[in-house]
Amino acid sequence: MEALFFNANTGFLEGIVRGYKAGILTQSQYANLAQCETLEDFRTQLSATDYGNFLANEPLPISTSTIADKATELLVEQFKYLRTNAVEPLRKFLDYITYGYMIDNVVLLITGTLHERDTHELVKRCHPLGVFDSMPVLCVATNVDELYQSVLIETPIAPYFRECLTASDLDDLNIEIIRNTLYKAYLEDFYNFCTTLGSPTSDVMHRILSFEADRRTINITINSFGTELSKETRAKLFPTIGRLFPEGNNQLARADDIEQVRQVCENVSEYRSFFSEGPSVSNPNGDEFGALAAQLEDRFFSTEVDLNKQAFLQQFQYGVFYSYMKLKEQEIRNLTWIAECIAQDAKDRIQDYIPIF
Amino acid sequence: SGEAFNVGQFLEETSPYAWAGTGIGLCIGLSVLGAGWGILVTGSSILGGGVRSPRITTKNLISIIFCEVVAIYGVIIGIVYSAKLQHVPENLLYTPHNYYTGYAIFWGGITVGICNLLCGIAVGITGSTAAIADAADPNLFVKILIVEVFGSIMGLFGLIVGLLMVGAAGDFTAAASVSPHVL
Repeated sequence: MEALFFNANTGFLEGIVRGYKAGILTQSQYANLAQCETLEDFRTQLSATDYGNFLANEPLPISTSTIADKATELLVEQFKYLRTNAVEPLRKFLDYITYGYMIDNVVLLITGTLHERDTHELVKRCHPLGVFDSMPVLCVATNVDELYQSVLIETPIAPYFRECLTASDLDDLNIEIIRNTLYKAYLEDFYNFCTTLGSPTSDVMHRILSFEADRRTINITINSFGTELSKETRAKLFPTIGRLFPEGNNQLARADDIEQVRQVCENVSEYRSFFSEGPSVSNPNGDEFGALAAQLEDRFFSTEVDLNKQAFLQQFQYGVFYSYMKLKEQEIRNLTWIAECIAQDAKDRIQDYIPIF
Repeated sequence: SGEAFNVGQFLEETSPYAWAGTGIGLCIGLSVLGAGWGILVTGSSILGGGVRSPRITTKNLISIIFCEVVAIYGVIIGIVYSAKLQHVPENLLYTPHNYYTGYAIFWGGITVGICNLLCGIAVGITGSTAAIADAADPNLFVKILIVEVFGSIMGLFGLIVGLLMVGAAGDFTAAASVSPHVL
């Protein structure tokens, strides 16, 4: 039934976003890029893709951070085009996509205020998609209480603050705990919003968001081994959506080492392969834990790419917009990796990007 | 005492012109609704996909044409049916022959209208997918076009049945003499 009414408001934008998706770099283009000797070659190769001459005005020598910044600028332009042409409820959906970046930006500003840094400088380092109108107001706050008050009023992510944190928390708690608490509230809110949109958007987005929640749960668990994070605090950071909720979350809250994490993940068939022994990167220090963590991260990224690719198999739903943003971000990470390998002349690890199409 | 709806009286007293007119109106109205709906669904996808892949715009006009054809079926039937509308004075109007023509046009019009409505929607949705698939991979277009052709045939079925239904109905003709039933 969604096919009857979807195109009236969103048909054009769906066509546009699928056109954007056709411009995502393919394996053969990555192979060409990986064979470049210098970053100027890299730039020439990229000019034949949808990126065009985005680096044309940069003075030599180009740095990899410039490449990442310019590529992100292109993505932001595309996103802004989509958002200005969107009506409800797509507009709200696209806003939800930006809240993730807003959380990062606000946490950056809070850290800056706590350490008495000049927040105007930090505004320049904020992610452009997470910028909101009242961001300069946050910079005016001089201490944490004022910051908390202004955050509650000004930001679109205020509800996430209201539910979970108080002003004193901002001072005491570790900044990462704040970030994870906010992100948990954001994921659950987004999940509920997608439920109101109905099938098929909710089908596609639930799958993707559940994996995101499980990924964060596993990461928080593994990262908290050997730190002084108590198990209760750890459990409070786990999102309540996801395939591991509730039994998996309970077990992970009590886990003490990687073996237990592996056992919990055995219950979900898709996650079993995350911990299996694979061709791991050669690590001369014999740091098993580090190698396993890196391998796990890679596997998470490739599963995320798979899920996002599948979103494009269905028409007449909003998941394609979210998935396009995520795939493009992965592409920017890939490009940065390849550029770094070229710049540092580390050609043996240049194939470690995650191919998308 | 209360009211009772006398079906027989209603059927006898309603003018065959009313039935015929409603039928023709529904026929063309629903057909155009279906065609328009289909064009709206397909057109937006063609425009969106055509931004990055301009080559699809000309080829995918076929989908729009298939939707339009559905409206043309409605017009054809409308013309054929309205040719049967002749002027007859009211006291000579209510003959069994005229009743039959009135009913035949009414139900024929609904048949054709609903067939074309659903056909137009089906072709429209398929056309939208065809445009997007064509933008991604040009080889897919001809294959999805076959699906559209089958969808379009449904409208043709409606046309055929509509023509058959009024095949035996003649124009409105005056009765030979004044009927005793006329009120």
